[in-house]
Amino acid sequence: MLITCPYCGPRDVIEFTYQGDGNRERPNPASQDLEAWNAYVYDRLNPAGDHNEIWQHSGGCRAHLRMVRNTLTHEISSVAFVRGAAANTKSGGKP
Amino acid sequence: MAEYSVFSLLKNALNGNRDWKPAWRKPDPKASYDVIVVGGGGHGLSTAYYLAKEHGITNVAVLERGWIGSGNVGRNTVTIRSNYLLPPNTRFYEHSMKQWENLSHDLNYNVMFSQRGVLNLAHTPAQLDDYARRGNSMRHQGVDAELMTPAQIKQLMPAIDISGNARFPILGGLMQRRAGTARHDAVAWGYARGADRRGVDIIENCEVTGFLRDGDRITGVTTSRGEIRAKKVAVVVAGSTGRVMQLAGIDRLPIESHVLQAFVTESLKPFLDTVVTFGMGHCYINQSDKGGLVYGGDIDGYNSYAQRGNLPIVEDVMSEMLAMFPSLGGVRLLRSWGGVCDMSMDGSPIITKGPLPGMYLNCGWCYGGFKATPASGFCFAHTIARDEPHELNAAFTLDRFHRGILIDEKGQGATPRLH
Repeated sequence: MLITCPYCGPRDVIEFTYQGDGNRERPNPASQDLEAWNAYVYDRLNPAGDHNEIWQHSGGCRAHLRMVRNTLTHEISSVAFVRGAAANTKSGGKP
Repeated sequence: MAEYSVFSLLKNALNGNRDWKPAWRKPDPKASYDVIVVGGGGHGLSTAYYLAKEHGITNVAVLERGWIGSGNVGRNTVTIRSNYLLPPNTRFYEHSMKQWENLSHDLNYNVMFSQRGVLNLAHTPAQLDDYARRGNSMRHQGVDAELMTPAQIKQLMPAIDISGNARFPILGGLMQRRAGTARHDAVAWGYARGADRRGVDIIENCEVTGFLRDGDRITGVTTSRGEIRAKKVAVVVAGSTGRVMQLAGIDRLPIESHVLQAFVTESLKPFLDTVVTFGMGHCYINQSDKGGLVYGGDIDGYNSYAQRGNLPIVEDVMSEMLAMFPSLGGVRLLRSWGGVCDMSMDGSPIITKGPLPGMYLNCGWCYGGFKATPASGFCFAHTIARDEPHELNAAFTLDRFHRGILIDEKGQGATPRLH
């Protein structure tokens, strides 16, 4: 699997660490809604097809990336910095 | 006369082997059943077998999308063990081990169960201490375990590198001698025939495409071969759990599907008569009766339904195998493949009634489901027939995550790729 890091370009998957499901939403830290916390920690969408996920280019620029990857074909349709869509442009490319 | 015996062999040999019956029929689905088991893998077939044998429920259909033996029951690396630390796991897997010890007789089908021992190698003093603790926990619960020294290990497997200048020197190991291997296809075929002969319909090439409901209650399934109704619908589909449960409107579960790769080399002369696991990283290896070395390692570590993996894990597994057995450097790899594992959030399985009325769920086997095949079916059949769990699977609930009573063997937390 080749992942195109928006900062470093195409690199082998071995340089990246899977941070897991990107569909989960962390509740407000002050939240006392147990169900929301439980759902955040334990429940997963686990789709067969396009999956939103978070990776880190841990063996490269160390940026956290938001990707859409197909779990049936391993095909990656989009990669962007987690922090802001502006990072996709040339000028804002630094993580 | 048992269907398979020396006498039936002789009789059929004299008859030109014309009278053997297929091991299971190929029935068309009926309009309704008492129980539908979705998934014709090892666990689904054993569930159907024990429903018929232990509970007298024979009006059962097993629906399989592909063919019997096409999924994980034919893709695993055949290791059977009960060397767990935590009591709910130890009790459950030891029950499974006792079933394995009598399975060939029970099924009248030779599953080639071989108690050749499983040895976990330790490479640091802390790891050896940890193994001693696990061994004590096992012995405390009546399971066999023994610590071995490097010299004893060398005697057992002369090819292993126990030298002090290895990158990860071997300091000892934890051995379970009653552990071992079985032929996985025979397990599938044996359970299939056992269930079939008791009246269970095994329906292959029958994909479930949706669930029939009456309000919240599940009342059957729609399939590629038409609608089938049932009083109870049991879902036991391992890596496809997310996909199938989505059809029932359950879109979030404490499960992620990951791909696990496995490998087999060309056939060698007898080389290794024990299952051995590398402790710095993850690699397990055994030699099949045909002579090939069968081995594997960690899951690839990202969500996947693809039944094939990527090269980094291949490199990991090969280097770990060579760290144990440098002499295998010239051996050629014959085949590699992948299977989709249902990784749970604590590394332990789920066998439960629900989550919807009329439905039963069996999943979360991570990459250790093969050894559980007998006990999983036994407990799931009990849960389906009695509408309450057997004491062996009482802890394997779906709501244990939300209630905070996890069974986290490795203490890794809710990160499936680390289990």
